[in-house]
Amino acid sequence: MAKRIDVSGLTAYYGSHKAIEDISMTIEPRSVTAFIGPSGCGKSTFLRTLNRMHEVTPGGRVEGKVLLDSEDLYGAGVDPVAVRREVGMVFQRPNPFPTMSIFDNVAAGLRLNGRYKKSELADIVEKSLRGANLWNEVKDRLHKPGAGLSGGQQQRLCIARAIAVEPKVLLMDEPCSALDPISTLAIEDLIGQLKQRFTIVIVTHNMQQAARVSDRTAFFNLAAVGKPGRLIEIDDTERIFSNPSVQATEDYISGRFG
Amino acid sequence: MDTATHQTQAGTPVPPPRPSAAGQKRAARGATHLGDRIFLGLSRGSGVLLLLIMAAIAVFLTYRASLAIGRDHGNFLTTFEWNTNQDPPVFGIAVLAYGTVVSSVIAMVLAVPVAVAIALFLTHYAPRRLSGPIAYVIDLLAAVPSIVYGLWGALILVPHMNGLFGWLDDHLGWTGIFSWEGGAPRSMLTVGILLAIMILPIVTNVSREVFRQVPRMHEEAALALGATRWEVIRMAVLPFGRSGVISASMLGLGRALGETMAVATVLSPTFDIKASLLDPGGGTFAQNIAGKFSEATEFGRDALIASGLVLFVITLLVNGAARMIIARRKEYSGAAA
Repeated sequence: MAKRIDVSGLTAYYGSHKAIEDISMTIEPRSVTAFIGPSGCGKSTFLRTLNRMHEVTPGGRVEGKVLLDSEDLYGAGVDPVAVRREVGMVFQRPNPFPTMSIFDNVAAGLRLNGRYKKSELADIVEKSLRGANLWNEVKDRLHKPGAGLSGGQQQRLCIARAIAVEPKVLLMDEPCSALDPISTLAIEDLIGQLKQRFTIVIVTHNMQQAARVSDRTAFFNLAAVGKPGRLIEIDDTERIFSNPSVQATEDYISGRFG
Repeated sequence: MDTATHQTQAGTPVPPPRPSAAGQKRAARGATHLGDRIFLGLSRGSGVLLLLIMAAIAVFLTYRASLAIGRDHGNFLTTFEWNTNQDPPVFGIAVLAYGTVVSSVIAMVLAVPVAVAIALFLTHYAPRRLSGPIAYVIDLLAAVPSIVYGLWGALILVPHMNGLFGWLDDHLGWTGIFSWEGGAPRSMLTVGILLAIMILPIVTNVSREVFRQVPRMHEEAALALGATRWEVIRMAVLPFGRSGVISASMLGLGRALGETMAVATVLSPTFDIKASLLDPGGGTFAQNIAGKFSEATEFGRDALIASGLVLFVITLLVNGAARMIIARRKEYSGAAA
């Protein structure tokens, strides 16, 4: 179910501005890969190229290859809509649909993908909410608006919405940066459980978080403001945080810059 | 704010500085509140003035209307006549209420879907190079005086309605409301079509503003689930814009209900209700007032004012209904997020 991602020679632009340059990496299935690096280094941009969300921004375009198992996401004739159904995403700020109930939020992606019987839909919604560790908190108010939940609950609702459609990969763009420490812990626990089923990629500014949740860590940096971001190194998380092979990585994680 | 600065500085070894002279001056100016008091007075005054004007209109309409209705020998609400000069006078607003509501409903049914479609096209489909000029032209349409629309309606629209009316009569004539006896097409349907064209710009513009304000993150949420452009609109844009589109429609409806010159130019008024929307005749409040006011006696004017009062009440009811629709789903509104 989970799939491997192979990126080679990926460069992304905003109009004429080159945001990231020549990035190649392999992301293993059923593991958590964390992207760290200073602000503006292109981690989020790179993440958004993995489900073709980058090109939604006016002027956004991409060169290079992203293979999901062996299928090139940027190949000719590949529908970005189909890509996004395989590669789910959770955003920095919780964004449940404000006009929908909790149930309808989780069912939203399913209803896009096809027709389900009422009972099937209810089963999948329950399974997804359980998968996001939210079921017990919301089972009595499934038909109340999703916007009425706390920030941490809303973010788990968004995770439930993303996993309901059984994506192959789950991208998370700083999913805890708007949350308090307890909600953050709940999400981190959840990430640990989800990696058994999905390939997970998470962007984070919190290096302890990267160390806690991820198996592999990629460090991004940029030479100077206005220069494109680059991948400095990617390695096992333990190694990155104890004995990285590049000096810049060590400087960054030990707080000497950034 | 002062406490916040204090706390951050308390954490450092530097001793917290005393409040600066500038800070004290600002605090002192805050205490006199001169600017605040002027602004409060102005805004409160404007609010009170608005209520006073509304009350004055209501009192004036009610007083003059009561003079006329008291002497009416017909039933004011159900009579199909308007004879204010005979003795005893017999007049009623049934025909006017029917004509006003029917022509406005036709206008809404035709204009709102088109306006929403244009607004969606401008905000979500058209390239930016195109959407700017189109929006500008629509703004211009909103500024065209209604008498110009009326002249265009009478000289261009009416002569070109024969084909449509014949087609409707052939295919939908059996329903009764689309049958046509072949009279000049100066009927409720023509008025409704003209009103639809007139309210299209305002409904389009307000809807466009609403759709533009849909938070990017809601649209991205839908996109990331694998929604197509139309599905993004259905999941994120339309639900968010729903109450705004209702407000926009009410603005348009308000204009359609009160439109005078365009209706008066296009309609051939009669004081009866035609079963068919295609047969000429009928009337609206505003058109009837404009047509009769200049030649009316003092009493006749009071009677016309009474009909104006009914229009005023209808407008209030429509607005109240719209507010109820918006409030009913408030907890689901985008504002709660």
